[in-house]
Amino acid sequence: MTLNWTAFTPGAALAGGALIGLAAALLILLGGRIAGISGILGGLLRRVPGERAWRAAFIGGLLLSPWLYGLIAEPVATQMDAGWPTVLAAGVIVGIGTRYGAGCTSGHGVCGLSRLSVRSAVATGTFMAAGFATVFVARHLF
Amino acid sequence: MGTFIGGLTGLLFGLGLIVSGMVLPTKVLGFLDLAGAWDPSLALVMAGAIAVGLPAFTLARRRRETFLGLQMQLPQSSVIDRRLVGGSLLFGIGWGLAGLCPGPALVVAGAGGAKALGFVAAMVAGMAVFERLERR
Repeated sequence: MTLNWTAFTPGAALAGGALIGLAAALLILLGGRIAGISGILGGLLRRVPGERAWRAAFIGGLLLSPWLYGLIAEPVATQMDAGWPTVLAAGVIVGIGTRYGAGCTSGHGVCGLSRLSVRSAVATGTFMAAGFATVFVARHLF
Repeated sequence: MGTFIGGLTGLLFGLGLIVSGMVLPTKVLGFLDLAGAWDPSLALVMAGAIAVGLPAFTLARRRRETFLGLQMQLPQSSVIDRRLVGGSLLFGIGWGLAGLCPGPALVVAGAGGAKALGFVAAMVAGMAVFERLERR
């Protein structure tokens, strides 16, 4: 393994991570809900009384965040190297997978590990391993 | 549950994703590429998030109500089954293919990225497929 020191951004990573943790902390301590993006988005496809408004507002906040960020710093980059077929296929399996697995990087990764949940640790270990394996196959075998 | 809290935390969460670099697929893939020139940044994103999240969730677990008097809804399941592992495997494969997970995808879609918008549309379609299969 070689480290890519020029790409390594420890300060921004820790600061951004702390902000993500703060958002999750405020949502659980004030709202009593888990900041799991796939659950919040997928939950909007169900008719659950009393849960739709905050979920829609949270997704709205995510969508508006690059606009707010752009007011004080450079615009958020939007380019993706993956081709359209890959992007769409990846989107579909992320949608199905996160709902069957009941969480993604935020719900299982950030919130679950912060709760010291073994279930979330297993999920996080599994999707990380699958991510590592997929990139290895895509970049080094083909 | 408060619409205001939802909007505020969504906004903060998105800003955190942007600052951390999680919204850059090249950076995410640089982290997932252990055999290439590895960028360990995203491990520190997780470390920073958990450093703040750990005390907050420790406090949350001791309370029945939030500081605003709302019901504390923490996940109760501790089941480790085929759904959990199979679903997470699928998610990891998609994450590795595109370099986007659900939160960053929504942020980049909000920034006007056409491919991220396509990814989000496909993701919602995948979630709708799940709902269909669950209701049968």
